[in-house]
Amino acid sequence: MSVQSRYHAPFGPQGTAPIDAETARKLLSLALSQGGQYADLFYEYNVAGSYSLEEGILKAAGRSVSMGLGVRVMKGDSTGYAYVQELTQEAMQRAARTAAQIAAGERGSAPTSFEVPGPTSRYQVAELSLDVAGEAKRELLLRADRAARAADPRIIRVEASLHEELRELLVATSTGKLASDRQPMVRFSVRVIAEENGKRQSGSSGGGGRMSLEYFQPGGAGFGPAHDHSPEWHAKEAVRHALAMLDARESPAGEMEVVLAPGDSGILLHEAVGHGLEADFNRKGTSNYSGRIGQRVASDLCTVVDDATLMSSRGSINVDDEGNTPQAATLIEKGILVGYMHDQHSAKHFKTQPTGNGRRESFQAHPLPRMTNTLLLAGPHDPEEIIRSVKKGVYARKFGGGQVDIGNGDFVFSLTESYLIEDGKITTPLKGVNLIGNGPDVMGKISMLGNDVQTSDGIWTCGKDGQSVPVGVGCPTIKIASVTVGGTVH
Amino acid sequence: MTDYDINKLIELGAQVVERARRCGADVAEAVVGEGAHLSVKVRMGEPELVEEAGSKSLGLRVMRGQQVAVTYTSDLTPAGLSRFIEDALELAKLSQPDPFAGPPDASLLSKPAERPALDLYDPAIHQIDAARALDMAKRAEHAALSSDTRLRNSEGATMTRQAGASALVTSGGFSGGTRGTYASLAVHPVADDDDGKKRSGYHWSARRYFADLDGPEQVGLEAAKRTLAKLGSRKVDTQEVAIVFDPDAGRSILGLLASCINGGSIWRKSSYLTEREGQAVASSLVTVIDDPFIPRGPGSRAFDGEGLLARKNLIVDQGVLKTFLLDTYSAKKLGKTSTASASRGSSGGVGPATSNFILQPGTLSPDELLRSTDKALYVTDMMGFGFNAVTGDFSRGASGFWVEKGQRMFPVSEVTISLNLDQMLKRIDAIANDQDLRTSISAPTFRISSMTIAGK
Repeated sequence: MSVQSRYHAPFGPQGTAPIDAETARKLLSLALSQGGQYADLFYEYNVAGSYSLEEGILKAAGRSVSMGLGVRVMKGDSTGYAYVQELTQEAMQRAARTAAQIAAGERGSAPTSFEVPGPTSRYQVAELSLDVAGEAKRELLLRADRAARAADPRIIRVEASLHEELRELLVATSTGKLASDRQPMVRFSVRVIAEENGKRQSGSSGGGGRMSLEYFQPGGAGFGPAHDHSPEWHAKEAVRHALAMLDARESPAGEMEVVLAPGDSGILLHEAVGHGLEADFNRKGTSNYSGRIGQRVASDLCTVVDDATLMSSRGSINVDDEGNTPQAATLIEKGILVGYMHDQHSAKHFKTQPTGNGRRESFQAHPLPRMTNTLLLAGPHDPEEIIRSVKKGVYARKFGGGQVDIGNGDFVFSLTESYLIEDGKITTPLKGVNLIGNGPDVMGKISMLGNDVQTSDGIWTCGKDGQSVPVGVGCPTIKIASVTVGGTVH
Repeated sequence: MTDYDINKLIELGAQVVERARRCGADVAEAVVGEGAHLSVKVRMGEPELVEEAGSKSLGLRVMRGQQVAVTYTSDLTPAGLSRFIEDALELAKLSQPDPFAGPPDASLLSKPAERPALDLYDPAIHQIDAARALDMAKRAEHAALSSDTRLRNSEGATMTRQAGASALVTSGGFSGGTRGTYASLAVHPVADDDDGKKRSGYHWSARRYFADLDGPEQVGLEAAKRTLAKLGSRKVDTQEVAIVFDPDAGRSILGLLASCINGGSIWRKSSYLTEREGQAVASSLVTVIDDPFIPRGPGSRAFDGEGLLARKNLIVDQGVLKTFLLDTYSAKKLGKTSTASASRGSSGGVGPATSNFILQPGTLSPDELLRSTDKALYVTDMMGFGFNAVTGDFSRGASGFWVEKGQRMFPVSEVTISLNLDQMLKRIDAIANDQDLRTSISAPTFRISSMTIAGK
């Protein structure tokens, strides 16, 4: 990360009131004073900017600053949590004392010294987007607007937005860890509406990641379906999507073969297996993957990893929100379940090491095991061959998101651009539709897997227990032998 | 915990507005919010989480001429505030003049004497401390798990209480504040099904007044009932059939209608209802009212986010679309007047939003509605996001139970239900009388004569 920035957390080394080891030690000692077995301090400073264009003009620019300290105290499976926004000694001590109340017993001990993890660099930003003059960002939006309008006379509305963020954090734990990170993010999106003969349809495109405005440079980063991430490219992609949907027909209903395009289809994994492998559910025995380590949970084509190390990806992190450094961890190997994603709490329960998946939305929330970038690795098949193998089915190209019921494994995910496949060829565009299936069942029916892995461009946000965190997904072309398509024609 | 002093919040808002004006803002509007919450969770009889915290924040919208910026901060130190105001003015230079931007006409702003008391703040809410909240959650979970031996696990029981206040001050001459409280209790039991799957269900109670909450045992027993009802769930064949929505599922259908009559979606041509004012958009059984004046209502408000006196709006009258929900901006865009439906987020941004958006109850009890149904899927839960507001196309995952000849037959899961929202609303052929008081968007049980189920 850059050092030259106007934005620094007050509690960080370049801030106005840096938190030193002695302050952290005293607060941890106070947090453990009622008998807690473990405590941590989570300092967070979040600055975000937003720019939104509509009707050809930048209508509003926005900025937000949010900052505070969350104190967590644990005893057994019980957690006490408190947070404050003011970082005065008095306020920080108040939070530590409030969180401490969860425990009753002998005073725990604070660390005498802290260990700082070695530097990790999964995002490198020369100049934070926040530090770049606003005019340059306005011009990116205006370029998208011009390109979309010029692309086709049927485009009646164009909206474009840019969101930029810096999240600086500092974690100190009673086990003696002291970790910090500066996490940048940009997210760009274009949405258009096309109108023809009284029919209207929308189309969209977006991307970003843990980077700055170099995202928009040719060859800047390798995410998504194209290596061109210019505003013009996104504008044309949104226009293409909207125009394709103008001709969309009612989608079929019932069980059939489905082929998923590479990249964003990784949502399938995120919902069908990812959430079920977050170890909090397994600690409680409430996931349908509970107690199934070593068992077959997918077809033998499937190897699934959660990889926080992908350079500049939206889901990547140098340290998690408990101060642990995640690596690429295999969850499913050739169809066999081999591991869960852990935070501190679940790792202790399973007597294993945390995997660095302890994440939280902000200092106002306690950490949970969460995914970073969840990927299905490449298979042996040529994508063309996969499509040719389908007599009658659906080809899914763009997605709106998904949801899973952890207990029984049922999941849905919505297709915002899909096509019929007839006799091995992609034909008619279909209206928006959902796929519904059961995680282990559908994963077992993955019958072909392409050699064309892509990582999603940075647009996805995952919600769990009311907490949102940015994530990435990725996969090659996938063929599912049978899954329910939720259309209206049967 | 002390009760909130709205005057102090107004004072801070007024200071910020004044400073922004001195820095060159032609229009400045500040919203100051303060709140505190307690949230506890019990799982398998043991405390799992006790979280307690308070927060305070400031949102500001400024205009230089018709250039707009919106800023938010939780850093209320003097240095933080100075930078916050400077940033807002600097950002406004970046945005481009929007001919429709501007505050509401000063003559429309509500006066303190006009604003009704809505009874939204329960002074007794602070009596719930962590120990008492844990006890209620424990009792609720115990009631669920001890009611049936098949309920052997739990995602836990959660009890929360929150209290807060906010104030709005504008350079146009409005200042006012409001206080509110909210308490909720939810139970989430888990049962093992014969096929090795877990079946989880939940039930919850939520009210502005603590004393109005359902008792822990009642909430727990209902959660148990809902969870057990899912045991043995199966898929049904793909077919066209009637669909009944219970209040939990029906609320989200009504929420889709709310998003499609929002003035912001209308001028953006992002709603399938864009040109439909004055036309039939639902069956004649359907009347929807947005009513901000319900005492103790979860979405009640005396004035809107721009300071206009709130007003009751008839949205759909016996199937006919009467009005969109408008703030000053969307009203100008559409050549109309505001329906006093502006909402101002804590971050300072303004847009139209519902207050208490209610599908008016019918006369049948839910049981009578069930008994009058020949064949249907009775939906209690939905999953996913399959809705396109521009076209009205709807497709979502659903679970619930099968109904034949007025009888409950067996539980159903892993199917989708699909139809265009326009058709769905027009096919509503029965509405029950069980109005749900827990949420600001609320629908009683209702039935749609036919939709497509995709299953086997």
